Parts: sequence; structure tokens; C-alpha cells
Amino acid sequence: MKQMQCPLNGWRNIQEFAHGGEVLDEPDPNRCTDLEWAEYIFIEDNKAGLVKEWWCHVATAYWFIAERDTAKDEIVRTYDPNELFKERRDYTRPEAPEEKR
Amino acid sequence: MERLSEPFGSFIDRSQTVSFRFEGEQVSGYRGDTIASALLANGITTMSRSFKYHRPRGVLSMCGHDSNTMVRVGQKPNALADCVAIEAGLEVQAQNYWGSLESDRLAMIGHVSRFLPVGFYYKAFYKPRWAWPLWAKLIRRVAGLGTVDLATPHGYYDKKYLFAEVTVIGAGPAGMAAALEAAKAGAKVLLVDENAKIGGALGYARFDGAGEHGGKIRVDLVAEIADEKNIRVMTDTMCTGWYSDNWLPLIKDNRLYKLRAGSLVVATGCYEQPLIFHNNDLPGIMLGSAAQRLIRLYGVKPGKRAVVATANRDGYGVALDLLDAGAEVACVVDVRSNPPEDEMSMALMHRHVPVLVGSTLREAVAAPGGAGVREVRIADIESAERAARRYDSFSCDIIAMSGSYAPAASLLHQAGGRVSLHNSGGGFSVHDLPTHIAAAGSVAGTQSLDYVLAEGKDAGRQAARDAGFKVATASEPRPAEPEAFAWPIIGHTKGKDFVDFDEDLQTKDIENALTEGYQHIQLLKRFTTNGMGPSQGRHSTLPAIRLAARRTGASLDETGSTTSRPPIGPLTMGHLAGRSFEPVRYTAMHFRHLERGAKMMPAGAWMRPEYYGDARNKLESIAAEARNVRENVGIIDVSTLGGLEIRGPDAAEFLNRMYTFAYLKQPVGRSRYVLMTDESGVIVDDGVACRIHDDHFYVTATTSGVDGVYRTMLWHNTQWRLKVDITHVSASYAGVNIAGPKSREVVDKLCDDVDLSSEEFPYMGVRHGHVAGIPALFLRVGFVGELGYELHVPASQGEALWDALMKAGAAAGIRPFGVEAQRLLRLEKGHIIISQDTDGLTTPHEADMAWAISRKKPYYVGMRSVSIQEASGLTRKLVGFEISDSEITQPKECHLVIRGNTITGRVTSVVRSPTLGKVIGLAYVAPDQAEPGSKIGIKVDGGEMVQAKVVKLPFYDPDGERQEM
Repeated sequence: MKQMQCPLNGWRNIQEFAHGGEVLDEPDPNRCTDLEWAEYIFIEDNKAGLVKEWWCHVATAYWFIAERDTAKDEIVRTYDPNELFKERRDYTRPEAPEEKR
Repeated sequence: MERLSEPFGSFIDRSQTVSFRFEGEQVSGYRGDTIASALLANGITTMSRSFKYHRPRGVLSMCGHDSNTMVRVGQKPNALADCVAIEAGLEVQAQNYWGSLESDRLAMIGHVSRFLPVGFYYKAFYKPRWAWPLWAKLIRRVAGLGTVDLATPHGYYDKKYLFAEVTVIGAGPAGMAAALEAAKAGAKVLLVDENAKIGGALGYARFDGAGEHGGKIRVDLVAEIADEKNIRVMTDTMCTGWYSDNWLPLIKDNRLYKLRAGSLVVATGCYEQPLIFHNNDLPGIMLGSAAQRLIRLYGVKPGKRAVVATANRDGYGVALDLLDAGAEVACVVDVRSNPPEDEMSMALMHRHVPVLVGSTLREAVAAPGGAGVREVRIADIESAERAARRYDSFSCDIIAMSGSYAPAASLLHQAGGRVSLHNSGGGFSVHDLPTHIAAAGSVAGTQSLDYVLAEGKDAGRQAARDAGFKVATASEPRPAEPEAFAWPIIGHTKGKDFVDFDEDLQTKDIENALTEGYQHIQLLKRFTTNGMGPSQGRHSTLPAIRLAARRTGASLDETGSTTSRPPIGPLTMGHLAGRSFEPVRYTAMHFRHLERGAKMMPAGAWMRPEYYGDARNKLESIAAEARNVRENVGIIDVSTLGGLEIRGPDAAEFLNRMYTFAYLKQPVGRSRYVLMTDESGVIVDDGVACRIHDDHFYVTATTSGVDGVYRTMLWHNTQWRLKVDITHVSASYAGVNIAGPKSREVVDKLCDDVDLSSEEFPYMGVRHGHVAGIPALFLRVGFVGELGYELHVPASQGEALWDALMKAGAAAGIRPFGVEAQRLLRLEKGHIIISQDTDGLTTPHEADMAWAISRKKPYYVGMRSVSIQEASGLTRKLVGFEISDSEITQPKECHLVIRGNTITGRVTSVVRSPTLGKVIGLAYVAPDQAEPGSKIGIKVDGGEMVQAKVVKLPFYDPDGERQEM
């Protein structure tokens, strides 16, 4: 069984983790096109190579980001999501003027 | 029982005689004997019959590497007689014969073998088609190894976790040296060996003319290991595979250990290879190392007069050992035309044993009866594929073969390493090992003992360093060893020159398959079944590779090897199925349910009462429980319900984003329905949100959904960065729902700090107070459609709450109800259960839940998807239906709704309502069938179509008067 280094809990067996899909940028749901939204919901790159993914250490309910080489089956780096998500995110109604996100 | 005197027989204890039965006859041996060594000590050489031609077979490797000695021990089939230790009273039976072991009626198959060419089962039997059942019957009778005794008593098997900083697999010279080096560097070492004692080849092989060198080194290393506190030794333990990051299954007795090794040294050694000649499978023909094991480990003289055939110096050691054991050695046959002179060959010369160089075994002649050797015929080698026609005969009763070696490299293969076979001869080397794995000793192709020990030390230091210990790993460079010699494979015109003993495959079988075009090593294996038997090609893969390479002209390395997959050795179903961890959660009131005769059912990880009472009266019990809720008062344990505390200045904003409804203006002291969709707009959970304070909500979720809901909430807020704290409190609270027209009077008896009147505490209200002195959160909810209260208390006081309510409710006729009655009651109210009435595609509009969607807010998870679905229209809709006709076959869940030739939906919930006196249910139907009054057809068991009428929901108390009273 593979092991993964959780940024919070250290090295743990892979069965303690849940996979949460690729890290994607959510398009503004009130302004994007249907196609853009559908791509966000349904399409994953599924690359053979370096991918950036959400993983959760289930026992501690801790989400983090793992960069994995799917061709080599190697986990390259894991880190806390605050490296990528630093600021509060807000949504506005479609009729409101678009805010800088 | 003839035995050699000490020092021969290091495994046996001559002071303890042990008796067992073989084929019904009493046999005795010593403590420490295996079945095979005890049988040989008593002159019994045939242990079983072969798989296809039913030829008599005896010891080949004497260490469990072949399947020749598969016997039935007690009820256990396919036990290896050369591994299983004897015990008093053991019942051992040979396998695979019709009639008797000595006279097997199926042995005649051998005489017709030319009509059973390789792959014959692919070519025969398939036509005419009508004949197959007849063939199948015969083949099932004849094929297979051993029989299963269905009366075998249950055995206890279990699993255990193990951890080691450094693990060494194989406790031969390399493994022992590695373990000691790693331990000296400070690492905690686990040393694993499949044999009864550690030492490996040091315990039986001969490394010098006098035959003392190996034994001395073994004694020293074993003593050092015994004194080394950092080393734990596991003997009789088999490592059956390598999995990612050094995760290793170890089998010892009835236990499967799951070992996580920090770093790993593979010192698994190699498999000595038999030679291929006519009748090379007769009992009495064994590997040189098997003869040495018999002599040195078990004190058994393998025979009276031996011929030794060899391709290396080890055969000379075998001949010397046989002489020391008092056997006569007729000659040594060396396939090399010009073997180098050394200490061993000189010693042999001094003992006047003739050595025939450049020669090979042409054929063995069977003793009368066919169960032994009488004579061997030896011919000069003319080329790699030809031997001379002229031969010399030597009489003998055993033949010891030291062909060459194949690496026991399965673990290395599985870890991603590569073993390349040297084309120049019988040697091989290991490449491309991943980090944290080292190979040492003969598995890596190293031959001489000094090199093996040095390589073991290097590997031990490297493993310690990989495991994080500071240690210098530089070692002195060693000059290359001479290349091992590859013995020639020369087929015999009469066949019975076996390549694979498990499957009775002869040289011509492999040759024929190659001629038919199966030249890729993987195809060759599958077509011939070479290497697919119980011994997994330990002795047959290398000759098959060599035969294929010879035919195609490719090098051995280019020809490659077949894939080695776990398990490497035999693994019983018991080891896999043995006790494992399946945690089950009990609520605080669990034992109260059992006391009342509840039939428990799993709900997620929890156990919940399905109903109370006898299984024979299940339906009556459920109906009575439900009726009591409608008429008096019932109580159900809802502790398994998910509970989440949402706290912080953004708590309301957070719920507003997670759920479809609006929560910003929800008043404190009120609850509100919550419906969660995922990002694709599919319903995933529901519950209620109770506003305890401006900044504090208590949210319920479904029993099996709460873990996912909690995880989803955390995932979203990781990105939103709202100021909330989300806590999973499901197990912290016990809860009951007390429901029915008399529920208020029961709760009132136990509560004096909450005004329960409808005016002060209306439907969907939330209060804090005490019940029977226990602090409780009161929720007025209506899932079952009657006046009712959900009471959530600290889990530690759940049982006390239950007892108090049962006592206080006795006069009102309180009785507990289970999950089945609750499902019936909620269905009468038309409430859906997520994941029963919804599936992986159900949208809020399909489930008629558009009322639970706020259209004013800028966002909720799945909002965009829901609006796209809404715009594109419905393809199905969830509706209520009823069937008044009591004569019909009642539909069941998942029965199809069919119109004409089209499936338009399916039933999700259905029950005969005792309250309403008719069958009611929920079903998906086509949108144009969804209007109340529409007729739908449901195909029930037996194929009959039943007509049902779509009706408006709920079925019961449409105005909600009863729950809001």
C-alpha cells in the first residue's frame, strides 16, 4: 500500500486519504457560459504527468493539495491549500456589477 | 529408520521420536523432521503422482520450491511434505492417483501422451458441441490437485500490523550479514526466513574441501544475531509479495502480518535448477542442494549409490557430502568441457571419484515398478543441442543435479527492479532497483561466499542509511566473478524429459509451441501452461526462456521473463478472509433495543433497530409500531443522525452557500429544512438547520451522508475562507424522536423549563431545556407527520433519557418504533429519503423540491447546474402513487414503470399503509405522467402489469394539522 505525506499528519497509508479531484479554477457561476460551467463540472485533464489534486486525510478531515506524477506513480509534493487560496471568495448576483476576483 | 550420526541432522532432535501415518501406514521420525525427510528415512521415496501423466514423484528441492511432494495433511490438501513438520498422529495421504499410490490406473495416460500434445485442450473438446458435457464430466474428475473436504472445521485466522526500520527477507549468509550491519548502525531490524532455522545455505551447502567453513560462519553469525537486541527474527515465515512503499505481507502459521518496512534488503537466494533428460522426474532424482539438505539438516542418507551431474563447483561439494554421508559416488558428470581445478575438485580426486567432463545425462532408467532409478546413461556433449549416440551406463539409486541457478527475484521484480540474464552463460544480475530496496547474495547473481557476505554487509549499511541512520556505505571494490556456466538443454527422442514438473511439460511440448508461433515468452507460458503450476516456474521458467531464445536467436535478456505477481508462495483463503476490522457503532440506547427484542440492521457504520419483536410477525410488528405513533405515542432512537455545529460570524452565509434554501434571515429559535446539491446540481443530502444564536447553527444530516457532507463543507470553505468553524458532533449527541398525539404530555411530565404549548413552542421551533434533568436541545419536527419532538442530549446520557421517557410514557401507551415503521410513516407523509428516493442523478426539480430553492441569493453549491437543468426541462419526475385494489401483487422497490415498450421510471418506495388501507409509494415517471390522476403501469414480480394512480402528496394529513397541533 502506498503512503502519502499529509502536511498535517505526516506519512500515512493511502487508505486513510480520500481523493477530491483536480484543483480547478471555478468560473464565476453567474457570468460564465454553460459550456465553461460544464467543462468545470465534468471535464478533468487526466494527464499522464504532473497533476495537482485535492486530497483529504479522512480521519482528521484535513484537505490539502498534492502534486503527483501519474506517469511515474510518484507523489511529488503535498502542501496546505492556503498556499493557493489566500483570500475570502464572494459571489454576486448576475445583475450586480462584476467584481474583481 | 536409518540415520546419519551427528553433526549431520542439525534440524532434528534424536531424543524425541514422533509417529504419524502415511497412506494409512505407521511411520516414525524425529522431532524436527518434515514429512518428506521422515518418509525418506524409512525408505519411502514416492510421495505423490504427477498432474497429467500420473507419474510417481518424490523429493526434488527438499525446501518447498517444487510441487512433487504435495500431499494431503489431515483435511488440508496440497501441503508440501518437504516443509510440513511431522507431529504425532498426523494423517498424511498422497495425492492425485486412482487406485493406489504404487499402482495408479491413470498412469496409462503417460502411454498415450503423444496423442495429448501441448495445448491439446485448446484444440480438442470444442467440437462437436454436444460432446462437451461428457468431456467436462471426465475432465473434472481427472483434473485438479487434491480434494477439498467440505467437513473441514473452521480455523482461526487473523491479521496483524508490523513495522520495521529495516527488513531483511532471507536469512542466509547475505541476509544475516545485512541484518547485523543495519542493526549495528542503530536500525530496528526484522529478519524473515521461510525455513525453520536461519542460516540458509550455510546450514547445508559445502564451501570448502573439508566441509567445515560454512558451518563455522553460520554458528558465528547466528550467535551474533541472537545477541543483537535490534534484530527480531521470524522463521517459518513467508513473504508473499511486494506492494508499494515496502508494504509486505508475511504469512506465519494462521496469521497474515502486514509489514511496513522503512527499507528492505532482499536476500532471497536462488533456485537450483534441475537438468533436463529422459526420465528426469523419477523419485531418487533430486537437486544437489536437496541431497545436501537431507544429509546435513535431517541426517538422512539420500541413497546408496549416487551419480552427481553438475555445471558448477557446487556439484563437487554435493559429491563430497554424499561420500561423507557414507554413500558411494559412481561418478561426477560435469557438463563443462574444461572445469577449473580447485580445492573441491582436488578433494574429490583424492577420494577416487571419476569425473566425466563435457558430458551430460542422456536418460535415467527406471527401477522395476517405475518408482525409482536403476541406472543412468551418460553421453558426450557434441553441441549445445546434441549429445553423442554412444553412452556409458552407471548403476545408481540417486541422481543429484546441480544445473545452474535462477534468482528468487520475485520481490525485486514486483518492486520494479530488473533481472537480466547473461547471454554468455548461466549468470544474471539485478538492475534498476527503486530507492529503499537493496539486493544481496545469490539473488543478485553473486556466487562465492566471501562476496556474498561482503555484499550483505553493503546492503545492510545501505538499508540503514535509507532508513535514516548515519552510516558510511562505501565498500572496497570487488573484482568480477567468473561467469556461471549454462548447462545445455538437449531434448530426448523418447520425451519424458521434463521442463515443468508441475504440468508434466516435456522439451518437445515447449518446442512444438514455439513451432506453432508462440514465441513471445508470455504467450509461450500461457499456451503451454509452463510455470503456471503451484511451483510457479521456479525450475521451468529459465529453461523455457533459454529454449525460446535458442529458437528465435534473441538474447536471453531480449527474450525477457514472465511477470511475477503476488502471491509468490501459496496463500490460503483463510489468510485472506481471516478476522479483519469492521468497526460497528452502537448508539447509547443500543442495549435497550436488544432488551426489547429489536431486530438490528446496519445503517452506515451504525446499528439501528429495524423493528421490535419476532421475525415471524415482522409485518404485524411494524404496523403496530406505526399505528401506535398515529394513535398514542412512539419513540425512535435517532442518535445515528448526523450532527454538525456551524459557528462564527459567517455561519449563516456559509449555510446559505452550502444549502439551496435561504438562511440569512432565519430567526434564532427556529429550524429550517436544508437540501444540499453537489456542484452538478444533484441532491446529495438533507436535514434541518437550527439557529441557536446569530452566529451558531446546529445542522442535521442523514446517517450515512454526514461524513461526506462534513468533508464537502470543509473542502468548500478551504477555498471560500469564510469565518466559520465546522464541527462534526454526530457521535457527541444521542437523540430520540418522540412522536404521536400524546407526545407533548409525556415530555411535559419530565420538563419544567420549556413551555411546550403550541403558541410558545410552535412547529419548527427550537428550544434549550432539560428532560428528566438532562440538558437537551428540543426540536419540533414532523418527519413522521405527528406532533413530535426531537430531543438531542449528550451521548453519555442517552440511555437515561430513553429510560425516563419510557417510564413517563407508560401510561400513555408509549412503545419504541424502528426504522421500518419510520419509513412507512414518512412515506404516508410523502417525505423522501435521500439515496432511496433519489439516485446519483436526481435534481431538485425532478424530486419536486423546487420549493426548497431560494432564487434570490447569488450562490449555492450547484446553483448554476440547477438553473441549466431547469432551463433544459425534465426527463422524469418523482410522484406519489396509490393502488386501491387489494387483490393485486404488490410492487416492490425498483420495479419498473412501463408505458408501451418504454421504461419511463421505477418505484423507489412502496408500502401497504395500515393507516390508509391501500398500497402507496413513490416512483419516477415520465413528466407527462406526473399529473395527479394519471394512470401508470408497473411491472411486478412474475411479469404482471399492475395499474396505479398518480396522486398528490402527501398521502396523509395534507394540511399538516396533526404535526402542527
